[in-house]
Amino acid sequence: MRRVFVLAAATATLPAMAFAASSSAVPVDGMPQLAFGHPTQGRLLVGQMVWQLIIFAALVFLMAKIALPRVGAVIEERHRRITADLEAAQAAKLEADIAMAAHRAASEQARAEARAAVATALHQAQAASDAKAAEVNARITAQIAEAEARIDAARASAMGAIRGVATDTAEALVSRLTGAADRAKVEAAVGRVLAASGRA
Amino acid sequence: MAVEGKTIDALSQFELSPVLGIFGDAVSFSQSNLFMVIAVALTWYLMKTTADRGALVPGRLQALGESAYGFIAGMVRDQVGDEGKKYFPFVFSVFMFVLFGNLLGMLPYAFTYTSHIVVTLTLAIVVWVAVTVIAIQRHGMHFFSYFFPEGAPVWLAPIIIPVEIISYLSRMVSLSVRLFANMVAGHVMLKVFATFVVLLGGLGAVGPFVAAMPLAVNVALVGFEFLVAFLQAYVFAILTSIYLHDAVHLH
Repeated sequence: MRRVFVLAAATATLPAMAFAASSSAVPVDGMPQLAFGHPTQGRLLVGQMVWQLIIFAALVFLMAKIALPRVGAVIEERHRRITADLEAAQAAKLEADIAMAAHRAASEQARAEARAAVATALHQAQAASDAKAAEVNARITAQIAEAEARIDAARASAMGAIRGVATDTAEALVSRLTGAADRAKVEAAVGRVLAASGRA
Repeated sequence: MAVEGKTIDALSQFELSPVLGIFGDAVSFSQSNLFMVIAVALTWYLMKTTADRGALVPGRLQALGESAYGFIAGMVRDQVGDEGKKYFPFVFSVFMFVLFGNLLGMLPYAFTYTSHIVVTLTLAIVVWVAVTVIAIQRHGMHFFSYFFPEGAPVWLAPIIIPVEIISYLSRMVSLSVRLFANMVAGHVMLKVFATFVVLLGGLGAVGPFVAAMPLAVNVALVGFEFLVAFLQAYVFAILTSIYLHDAVHLH
């Protein structure tokens, strides 16, 4: 807004200067740029050159000593900042890459460890169950063997009892039928029959 | 002012007149010099604002100042090389002085100081003297070998040396006349066609319709003049850079 006012003020005052342009009392012949012989123009042309040298020297001084080094510093600062930022970004990326690689290695290792742990656990469980199964088998086998021994014993005792019972029964029968029985003969006959039927 | 009687007065726009009253009259400070001061003030304002803002992300004005800086810095670097860095402020000042002279001349009522041969010649002489002084400073007496290219047959020296010297001296003339002629031609044309608009516009009923043609020409000319304003400032700056290259490297 301030700039607009400055511009407006300039456009308002400039005509005043311009209208003074052709106020020359003596008319100018030909190009005013070359009117060195004209009483006022000639003087102004030389003055214009002198003032130009002063003004241009001022411009060069202002630019060389003050303005341009500062603008250059601004641009240089931006350039430096961008370079630094790029370098920082590069470093951060490198760091991230390293972290990523470390992470990948760690997860790989963890996976391997987990796999190994699972395998060990599986193995142990297998072994434990095998051992248990063997134990159970052994116990069952032992029980079976024991039971068979018991059965054999029972059968043997039962067989032993059969002989006694058969002998007694046969003696009783014979003594009832005949009145008397020879214990030794009966025992021998029972033994023969038992042997014949394969139960002795 | 432009139309005196029935003649077209396209040249009075270049007349000088003192400003600042009796003081300006006493020291021959004309409106031309006033516009030089305005040009310097604008250049100073632009570059100072650019430096003062100093923002990392530039605004419009700062971007303008920085692109002007970058444009001339790049030109000097391309033409002269790294040794040209210390001459950059000089080339920049020449460029801005010519550019603002040309552009200020496009404002209504403004005075185009680059339309004066005295001004352009003074600037060209400043450039020429600066370039010659730099060349002699850097190369001493060896500088004069510039006027006789290496490997040329010695018997051609009587022809080559005068030609080279004349071409070296004519740099001042070509540099100044090019700018002066361009600006004068443009402003005379603008004035002539503007006068046609006024003259034809006064021809009764058909006047406004006929006057539209020179008006259209003037609209095109204004655009063209803006192009010329930049182009001539560029040409002046790049020729200064090329001459600096010759001064620094001798061919």
